[in-house]
Amino acid sequence: MQVFFSIGVDALAYGMVLFIISIGLSVTMGLMRVVNLAHGAFAMIGGYIASYAARDLGLGYGFAIILAVIGTIIIAIPLERFLYRRIYGAPELTQVLMTIGITFCVIGLANYVFGPTLKTIPLPAGLQGPVDLGFRTIAAHKLFAIACGVVVALGLWFLIERTSFGVKLRASVDNTAMAASLGVRTRIVYAASFALAVGLAAFGGVIGAELLPVEPYYALRYMVTFLVVVSVGGAGSIPGALIACLLLGAIDTTGRYLVPEYGEFFFYLAVIAIVWVFPRGLLGRAK
Amino acid sequence: MKKLILAAAAAILLGGAAYADVIKIGVVGPFSGPFAIQGKNFKAGIDAYIATHGNKIGNDTVEILYRDVPQADPAQSKALAQELVVKEHVQYLAGFYFTPDAMAVTPLLQQANVPLVVMNAATSAIVTKSPYVVRTSFTTWQTSAPMAKIARERGVEKAITVVSDYGPGVDAENAFKSTFEKDGGKVVESIRMPLSTNDFSPVMQRVRNSGAQAVFAFLPSGPTTLGFVKAYNENGLKEAGVQFLAPGDLTQESDLPALGDAALGILTTFHYAIAHDSPENKAFVAAAQKAIGNPAELSFPSVGAYDGMHVIYKMIEATGGKQDAKKAVDAVKGLAWESPRGPVSIDPETRHITQNIYLREVAKAADGTYYNKEIKTFEKQPDPGLAAAK
Repeated sequence: MQVFFSIGVDALAYGMVLFIISIGLSVTMGLMRVVNLAHGAFAMIGGYIASYAARDLGLGYGFAIILAVIGTIIIAIPLERFLYRRIYGAPELTQVLMTIGITFCVIGLANYVFGPTLKTIPLPAGLQGPVDLGFRTIAAHKLFAIACGVVVALGLWFLIERTSFGVKLRASVDNTAMAASLGVRTRIVYAASFALAVGLAAFGGVIGAELLPVEPYYALRYMVTFLVVVSVGGAGSIPGALIACLLLGAIDTTGRYLVPEYGEFFFYLAVIAIVWVFPRGLLGRAK
Repeated sequence: MKKLILAAAAAILLGGAAYADVIKIGVVGPFSGPFAIQGKNFKAGIDAYIATHGNKIGNDTVEILYRDVPQADPAQSKALAQELVVKEHVQYLAGFYFTPDAMAVTPLLQQANVPLVVMNAATSAIVTKSPYVVRTSFTTWQTSAPMAKIARERGVEKAITVVSDYGPGVDAENAFKSTFEKDGGKVVESIRMPLSTNDFSPVMQRVRNSGAQAVFAFLPSGPTTLGFVKAYNENGLKEAGVQFLAPGDLTQESDLPALGDAALGILTTFHYAIAHDSPENKAFVAAAQKAIGNPAELSFPSVGAYDGMHVIYKMIEATGGKQDAKKAVDAVKGLAWESPRGPVSIDPETRHITQNIYLREVAKAADGTYYNKEIKTFEKQPDPGLAAAK
C-alpha cells in the first residue's frame, strides 16, 4: 500500500510537470494547427531568462517566473509576426521544417551566449528541501508544481470554454474566413493565442527546471516527450492533455520503480496502444 | 640539359620537404551538439600544451586538424578518420570522447601506419583492438574499483548500485560489485536505469527500501546528473545516512556550480581534480583556463588531451618526424612523466595510462565556489578492467 501511494505521488508530480510544459504545444497544435517543434526552445528560453534573473540579477523566484514568461513572449512576438504568420494553414511538412530550423538556431545561440553548462534556477527557501507526507518525503517544489498544474488546467479551461476570447479563438480556428466576416480580428486572436502558448512554455520551462535542467540541448532533448503527450491526449484538448500526462506519468513512474531494466518499454507500449485505439488521442476533436 | 634542370628542381623540392615538415595531427571529438563542452575541453588541453611547449619539435611544425562528431557515431568517426589519413595525410590520430567511435577507427591504424592516442573513451577493451592504440585518459574500471575499497574501509556492509543502462554504466557496476564483494561486502541490488530517465524519485525510493548503507551511482555527466543528485537529497537519503559514492564523472567541475550545495559531501574517486595541488597542475590550469575562455567550463577531458599531446610530442621526437607508427608507439611504452594529475606512466603491455586515483569530497571554497577536495590517494593504479575481461 505504501509503495502504491509512493508511486502515486511521484507519478502525479511528474505528470503535472509534463502537463505544464506540454499544454502550450497542445494549444498551438490543436487550436492553431501549427506543428510547433520550437516549443521546447521557448520553454528553454524561459528557463534561461529565469536563471539569469534569479542568479545574476538576484531577483526573487516569483519575479523570475514573471520575467521569464514576459521576456519569452517579447522574444516570440517578432518570430510570430515574421515567421509563424507565413505558415498558418501551410502543409505540415513546411511547418515542421521551419520550426525545427528555429529550434536549431536557438540551440546554437544559447550555446554561444550562455555556454554549454547547466543553468539552475535557485528556489526560494520555502520550496527547498523535503516535505514529510507521513508515509514518505517528497520535494517541496514538486508539491508546488502539482499546484501550478492544477491552476493552469483550470485557468485554461475557463479561458477557452467560458470567455469571449475563447469563443473567438475556437471560431477562428474552425473557420477563419467566416469568423473574420463576422468581425473577429483573427490575426490578433492568433497572435494572442501564440503568445499564450509561448508564455505557458516558458512557465513550464521554469517550473519543470528541477526535473528537466536547462542547458542548450533542452530544446530537442525533451521534444519527443512533449509531442507524445499531445498526440496521446488529443491536440487542443485540455482535459485530454491532463489525462494523458497523468496516465503516462503513472506508467513511466511505475515502470521505473518496479522494472527499471525495461527502460521506456512500457511508456511507449502504452503510447502505441492508446494511439491505436484512439487515433486522434484520448479526447481529440474530429476534424 | 633539360633533364639536369628537372633533377636539380626535384632535388631542391625533396630536400626542402625533408627539412621542415608540417606534422599533422587529426583530432576527432564532439565539438558541437549536446557534448560540445567535452570537445571544448579537448581543445583547451591541446591549446594549453602548445601554448606552454611551442608548436615546433626540432624543425618540424605541428598542425592540429579538428573533426566534429557531435554524438557517438562510429560510422561517421571512421569516415572522418579515413578522410584525415587519406586526404590530409595526418601522422597521428587523437581525441575520441566515446568508446564506439574509437573502436570504429582501430581497424584502420595498421594499414594507415598511424598511432591513435585516445584522450577520453573509457572502456577497457579499446587498447586490445590494435597495437597502435595508446590511452591517456582513464577507464571506468580504473576509477570505480577504488571506491569499493573506500566503502569497505568505511564499514559499509551492504551497498546498492544504480547505473545508467549503457556500456560505461555496466562497466562501473561490474567494477564496483566485483571489488566490493571480493572485500567481503554485499551488493543487495543492482538497478540499471534507462539513459533518458528524467525523474529519479522512484529510483531513490527503491534505494531507500533496499536497506543499503551506501549507493554507488554512475551516470553520464551532464543534465541527468543534476536531477539524480537532487533526487538523492530530496528523497531524504542524505538524512537517512545513505552514503553517496560514485566515480568522478558525476561531480565534474563544469557541473559543480549547478549542483551547488546538493553535492556537498559526495564521495567520488577519479584520476583528476582541477583543484589538485601541484605546481604542474597550477601551470596547466592557468593555461587551459585561458584557452577555454570561461574558467567554469574546464573539466577532466582537458587533462587527457594535454597528456595525449605530451605522448604525441614524444612520439614525434622518437621518429624524427617520419611516419612510423610502430616506432612511435614503441618509444612511449613505459614512458613516465609528471602530469598535472600527478605521476603517470604508459604501461608497456596494455599501452594504457597507469596513474594515481584520488578519493575526493565535494567541498565549498572560501570564495563560495565548489571543488573536488582530494583526501586520499591510491598510488599507481593500472586498469583492472583488462584483467577482469580475460
